[in-house]
Amino acid sequence: MANEKRQIVVPGETLVSGNEFLPGDGAYRDGDDVVAGRYGILNMAEKHVRVIPVSGAYYPRRGNTIIGTIVDITFNGWLIDFGGAQNAFLPVAEVPRYINRNEMREFLDFGEAVVVKVWDVKSRGVDLSMKMRGFGKIEGGMILSVSPNKVPRIIGKEGSMVKLIKDATGCSITVGQNGKVWISGNDADKELATKKIIEFIIAHSTIAGLTEKVEKFIADLGLKVEKVEIVEENTDGGEE
Amino acid sequence: MKNKMAANKGIYTKRDDGRKMDEVRPMTAKVGIVPSADGSASFETGRTKAIAVVRGPRTLHPQHLQNAQTGILRVNYGMMPFSVEDRIRPGPNRRSEEISKVTEWALSSVVDLSGFPNTVVDVFIQIPQADAGTRVAGINAAAMALAHAGIPMKQMVSAIGVGKIDKTLVVDLDKFEDSEFHDEEGSTDIPMVFTSRKKDIALLQLDGKISVPEFKEVVEMAKKACEDILKVQMEALKNVGEDDE
Repeated sequence: MANEKRQIVVPGETLVSGNEFLPGDGAYRDGDDVVAGRYGILNMAEKHVRVIPVSGAYYPRRGNTIIGTIVDITFNGWLIDFGGAQNAFLPVAEVPRYINRNEMREFLDFGEAVVVKVWDVKSRGVDLSMKMRGFGKIEGGMILSVSPNKVPRIIGKEGSMVKLIKDATGCSITVGQNGKVWISGNDADKELATKKIIEFIIAHSTIAGLTEKVEKFIADLGLKVEKVEIVEENTDGGEE
Repeated sequence: MKNKMAANKGIYTKRDDGRKMDEVRPMTAKVGIVPSADGSASFETGRTKAIAVVRGPRTLHPQHLQNAQTGILRVNYGMMPFSVEDRIRPGPNRRSEEISKVTEWALSSVVDLSGFPNTVVDVFIQIPQADAGTRVAGINAAAMALAHAGIPMKQMVSAIGVGKIDKTLVVDLDKFEDSEFHDEEGSTDIPMVFTSRKKDIALLQLDGKISVPEFKEVVEMAKKACEDILKVQMEALKNVGEDDE
């Protein structure tokens, strides 16, 4: 994505003319023209025209991994705040083990953070699931908030950037598509180093050759990029 | 000097700051001025400066204001205490409430919040420096901030004030033309908002008197000026990727 010319479009701008084109996300048809319906980067896949967001709030999509906090407990599930327009709902049936209705607070209490998957996005809200591997309650480590639009930069192409940081610091990193990053490692210094690297990526997210710059930054921190075996990977949906 | 010139000639033949009658003050626009917000923009014309910040869509409280069918837009306009020579008492007043409301109506015609029921999109407009035309500068900034926040919009809007000074039609009045010119027929100000694609009128206010043929000319002048403003807005939105995102 970094190499190709990014064409930013503004709402109301004609993207293409012609009846053979199909307006996708963020685009609509007006007569012969396909028009931008939001601000973002133009993306044309054959006849399919869409606009990819570059700024603004996080909009959940099915399959996203997100990190949120418990804000309410209802009779059949948990309400989770993930920084989006609506709260998300995690039903008791969607957690990995059987939970007695009276013991829901023992499993997940107010204010606790979770890694969850977006199961469905409806107009009324978001449904979540925790049933798959790599999802669950967050214990230990730290959560970093970044702009949701920078998430692809942290992940890198097919998780290359995240892998680079993991190899350098030995910390496990879980990137939520909503811009929350969970860092967890054996000692606090390593976690802080990881935080610094991620902040570096955010600050320099537009420069060319980011990977080399990050490698240099890691070397400057006095860390060596070495292979460390990490159990969990939660880096789906990185590059658009 | 200002008043003498106008009084001697009887009509307003030359603009105080040397602009042409249909010339807009020099404009600058910037997007992304408040990094923690979902969207933000600033818009300046001459000595008028407006900043707009967008937050949301987010859940609307109190709950009884929620609309289950669509999200709602909420605009808050305010002038900063130091924006004019005399201090302005901070907080809502009759004028700012009116401007908030008309801005809300003008912007509602282009944003589409049907995908976010029960939510609100807040637009905050502040005027750090005022030299007439603050509501149109605010609308220009707000349109950019909404786009920057990634809110679904059918098109952009651009706003301009066209006025009649004595018997002359002028575009983009400054403070002298707007509120300090009282000779002969005095001045009339007509703020207008045009949508970028359809060129529809999204807002039109008129305080004062104007004839029908003159009014038609005013609409044409405003339409032309809005083309220039739209260019500045588009430029600012398109260049944001270079250094920020």
